[in-house]
Amino acid sequence: MSLAQVPYLNCIRNTLTASMCLQNFGSQIVERHNKPEVEVKTSKELVLNPVIIARNKAERVLIETSINSIRISVSIKKSDEVDVILAKKFVRFLVQRAESFIILRRKPVEGYDISFLVTNFHTESMFKHKLVDFIIQFMEDIDKEVSDLKLTLNARGRIIASEYLKNFA
Amino acid sequence: MSAYDIDHLAQCITAHAWNADRSRVALCPNNNEVHIYAKQGTSWVVEHVLAEHDQVVTSIDWAPKTNRILTSSQDRNAYVWTFKDGQWKPVLVLLRINRAATHVKWSPQENKFAKHKSTVLKVDWHPNNLLLATSSSDYKVRVFDAYVKKADGRNVTRPYGEVPFGEPIFEFDQCASWVHALKWSPSGSSLAFSSHDSTFAVANFATNPPTVEKVRLRGLPLRDLLYITENSIAGVGYDCAPILITNQNGWKYSDEMDKGSDNAGAAEATSARKLFQNKVDLGESKSSDKKLTTVHQNCVTTIVPFKSVGGVVSDFSTSGLDGNIVIWHVKALEAKNKFKVI
Repeated sequence: MSLAQVPYLNCIRNTLTASMCLQNFGSQIVERHNKPEVEVKTSKELVLNPVIIARNKAERVLIETSINSIRISVSIKKSDEVDVILAKKFVRFLVQRAESFIILRRKPVEGYDISFLVTNFHTESMFKHKLVDFIIQFMEDIDKEVSDLKLTLNARGRIIASEYLKNFA
Repeated sequence: MSAYDIDHLAQCITAHAWNADRSRVALCPNNNEVHIYAKQGTSWVVEHVLAEHDQVVTSIDWAPKTNRILTSSQDRNAYVWTFKDGQWKPVLVLLRINRAATHVKWSPQENKFAKHKSTVLKVDWHPNNLLLATSSSDYKVRVFDAYVKKADGRNVTRPYGEVPFGEPIFEFDQCASWVHALKWSPSGSSLAFSSHDSTFAVANFATNPPTVEKVRLRGLPLRDLLYITENSIAGVGYDCAPILITNQNGWKYSDEMDKGSDNAGAAEATSARKLFQNKVDLGESKSSDKKLTTVHQNCVTTIVPFKSVGGVVSDFSTSGLDGNIVIWHVKALEAKNKFKVI
């Protein structure tokens, strides 16, 4: 983790700890149903104000909280067009394996690259502090992963170009 | 004597209740069953499993005098369980509600009980058996007159005169979010409640209308409250440790009742070494196995008195999402963590 990222991630960690206070809550509209209120938004009073934590225009996190669920949407750093393509491919790879990540949402919220949905059933079966750790770790890794991919891509491009140009030398 | 006893009885506990002599505990392991555990020697053994509900059980209350268990569930039903010939017999209660039941409670005289539908999160009976307070997710606390002629008889004086059934007598809107918990004091002269915006408030019923005192807490919201004495309240919630709020010319946050394990310092030293080791061995900067220093490892949802004499609680028990039931000894806690219950 780069030093410049520390305050950003610390801020997200504290916000997540404060907002991941969930409880089991049966639906007010449909009997014997239990749905994440942040997704269905059936009642205004059950959804809290959303929070956006942004480091710059591209890198930001949206945290939406409700009484029994919380949705975390992440926008990844994109400094050039290569980053955009790499981020898209990488996120696609993860989303196709959403089941093994348990809290990963199959479709990201509009304007963001990847979304998590944590419900009260997750906080009941997993420790809350470890869930927060997982999300923070995930955010650290995804930046590292994308920049690693970019380095490999550039190196590969350079080799191909030099091989190609050898023919004209 | 240690300050607490800890028992891990399920993966996750949504509610628990004790019988009159504290030899048995009824708890819901986050599904449609209620397990009754009995103490045998040092360990707890399952004695009965009450499976009649269809969905998760939200609340349990065990009447000490008549030895009946009351349970409510998200399947809209409530049952009264009576113990007969070594078996618990269920009686379905007609609730006439069409949403999930969230919380139930026996009245002090055990001849009626209160329930509410989805938006109401908690209910509590006034010790006089007539007033009922509810806290709900529309940010309000209401006090109702719950006089029922058949149950109460004619010879009672109602504290606020003839109020129609279902009309709130008082409404408190001091909270800015869902009100998770509320409790009457043992004498019934004050009502404490706490909400999701970490506000804690006490309504004093000595005056009419009641005066409300508000305390803003520093930590995460409280999920349940318990009067240890008339002037001391223990609160539990998302912070995993019970806190103490006392009244000395005004209510004030006093202290945490669980200040973490004794060997936290020693653990710190070894963890620094482990951190370095991890860095060398695995290239990781963090030790993967992190444990909270508090006794509970996840949100605490319920706090009930374990031993109390004349409104003064000497031991209380808590249960939470980590599946532990912890019995706390107030005197030992006071000595260990240096706080004072007033």
